[in-house]
Amino acid sequence: MSTLELKKIEKSFGETKVIQGVDLSVAHGEFVVFVGPSGCGKSTLLRMIAGLDQPTSGDIRIDGEIVNTIGAADRGCAMVFQSYALYPHMSVYANMAFGLENVKTPKAEIESKVRDAAALLKLDALLERRPTQLSGGQRQRVAIGRAIVRNPKIFLFDEPLSNLDAELRVSMRAELSELHQRLGATMIYVTHDQVEAMTMADRIVVLRAGKIEQVGSPKELYERPANAFVAGFIGSPRMNFLPAALARQMPSLASHIPVQAAQVGIRPEHWQVCESGRGLELKVLRSEYLGANCLLKAQAQDATVIEVVIAGGVALPAGADLHLNAPLQHMHAFDAAGLSLRAGGA
Amino acid sequence: MWQFLTRTQGKAKLHWTDVLSYAYLVIGLFVMFAPVLWLVMSSFKTESALIKFPPTFWPYTQKEVVVAGHEKSLPLYKVTLDNGQTREMAQTSRIGIIANMVDPANPEQTLKVNINQRTSVDEIKFAWTNYTEIFGKFTFGTYLWNSVFITVIATLLTLLVNSMAAFALSKYQFRGQKSVFFLIIATLMIPPTIILVPVFLVINSFGLLNSLWGVILPAIATPTGVFLLRQYMLTIPDELLEAARMDHASEWRIYWRIVLPLSAPALAVLAIFSVMWRWNDFLLPLIVLSKNEFFTLQLALNSFQGELNTQWHYLLAMTVITLLPVTLVFAFLQRHITTGIASAGVK
Repeated sequence: MSTLELKKIEKSFGETKVIQGVDLSVAHGEFVVFVGPSGCGKSTLLRMIAGLDQPTSGDIRIDGEIVNTIGAADRGCAMVFQSYALYPHMSVYANMAFGLENVKTPKAEIESKVRDAAALLKLDALLERRPTQLSGGQRQRVAIGRAIVRNPKIFLFDEPLSNLDAELRVSMRAELSELHQRLGATMIYVTHDQVEAMTMADRIVVLRAGKIEQVGSPKELYERPANAFVAGFIGSPRMNFLPAALARQMPSLASHIPVQAAQVGIRPEHWQVCESGRGLELKVLRSEYLGANCLLKAQAQDATVIEVVIAGGVALPAGADLHLNAPLQHMHAFDAAGLSLRAGGA
Repeated sequence: MWQFLTRTQGKAKLHWTDVLSYAYLVIGLFVMFAPVLWLVMSSFKTESALIKFPPTFWPYTQKEVVVAGHEKSLPLYKVTLDNGQTREMAQTSRIGIIANMVDPANPEQTLKVNINQRTSVDEIKFAWTNYTEIFGKFTFGTYLWNSVFITVIATLLTLLVNSMAAFALSKYQFRGQKSVFFLIIATLMIPPTIILVPVFLVINSFGLLNSLWGVILPAIATPTGVFLLRQYMLTIPDELLEAARMDHASEWRIYWRIVLPLSAPALAVLAIFSVMWRWNDFLLPLIVLSKNEFFTLQLALNSFQGELNTQWHYLLAMTVITLLPVTLVFAFLQRHITTGIASAGVK
């Protein structure tokens, strides 16, 4: 069992508060992703869990035990750094064995553990190489291997895929998910890429300015975002936000939009083309043909720009008229403070 | 290679900048290399050839021949006879300006010749004896050992102590870190000559006078070394140390297994410096070591320059030997003065 609990974690560097009261509990075997724009404190939070930084106040519990004063090495966490942080002067084998050597593990045991991890990560043939002789993806795997051999309670990943090219990122994503299933270990993963978060996470923690905005499964966050920030952050292309007055022009929604709603969010993929007079009247600004579908940018009368994904890929010329409607279950209403108003939604 | 060396600014003939740069290079080469070359050539000259005027570049010695009836081999001269003929003759003895000469082919017949009428017959001959003899004489081996001992031990200790200080100053955050660093750097502004007397007093009170450790210990911590290594260590990513920390590495192990190997290029530079400083050091050994058996090569060289008599041929040979280690160290270690090893593993 390896669980993690954060209680009222706060962290400030000098005057600036980077983390402002974070509460979170992670169950055994969960894959939790911290996601948020850069500077939201997600890496700081991870470093505090790892023990590399100390929280200013609050408790960190691993398996129910407060670990605030326990050093990084003894918390039983293993971290994969953004830069991989492989020891450049050591071979792949030595990189993976270093942690075990430090705790005086017998040589034979080190050997078998490293070989097992190498086999798991398909690094067998590379054990004698130096990190400089490896490709980005291979280095990434060595960094993960270094974490695996220590058999940690919790794996911590700090934006591990951000240095890889797009193609490799997709395949490493799948590999990491597979690894999680095979090891069944608790993993915490930090990224600023919401696609990574959506595809890999059991649960996503959305952070902004040192505060948790919402915690939930990818489906929950996508379908029922707690506020406008989460709604805008999760999902690609971004959700459209319309002033409530404009949204009320759609007859199908008008009566369902709560009075206190300030804005209404509708995802680009949820728009439906309709007849004139049944929805919003828009002028096409630009269309991007993507093959399976088509991404349109259109402008309403009050100059609000809306993005629409239309399946089938009918590229409309700029200046063409477009009439759009949205189904009620895909409408998100937010009040002036940006909080979600469930009444009108699903 | 040849193409590279003969590349010129002017296409067909030499541009004036080519002439200028060649002239500059030739003069530079001459100014820097000629004294060393002269020293090496002179170290192969015999005692008499050294004081000969006009001086020669090559180590000439007078040719000698074995003549029947004479035990020792005799110096050979070219004699201009009264009738204008020249003959090669050996000198048996000399009284004043008159020399007794003998023809090697015809040893019975001697001839009295004015010394102005003859010139010596010279040949190029390297006097290796200058080198072979100093090892037997003046306990040269002891001096060499003292110098080597001081240089090696002091360099190792310098690397160890300075890298430890640099590690602390570059990788740990503590109160007063900056001021400590600036204090160390500030000592660069104090010339060693000024603190010579206090240093002497301290060495004396530790009872280290006439001990090699008295030369080694005072100059182990160098501001230059700390500065050099600290600046280099700043380029080692902190994430490496954090990774090691999470790998259960103790701080000592982080230093020994991660930081030191990654600082190798900077350590090599400091090692070269340290070897040169220690090997060429004169002032500190001079005040600390006064007994002959503790002399370093530099002190020995100085003491050879006697008040009345200097055996230049030995002195020059010793100087050449003294130059060798530094030259060798430089030749071998300069290859290691490469950077960029540390940053390669990250990213």
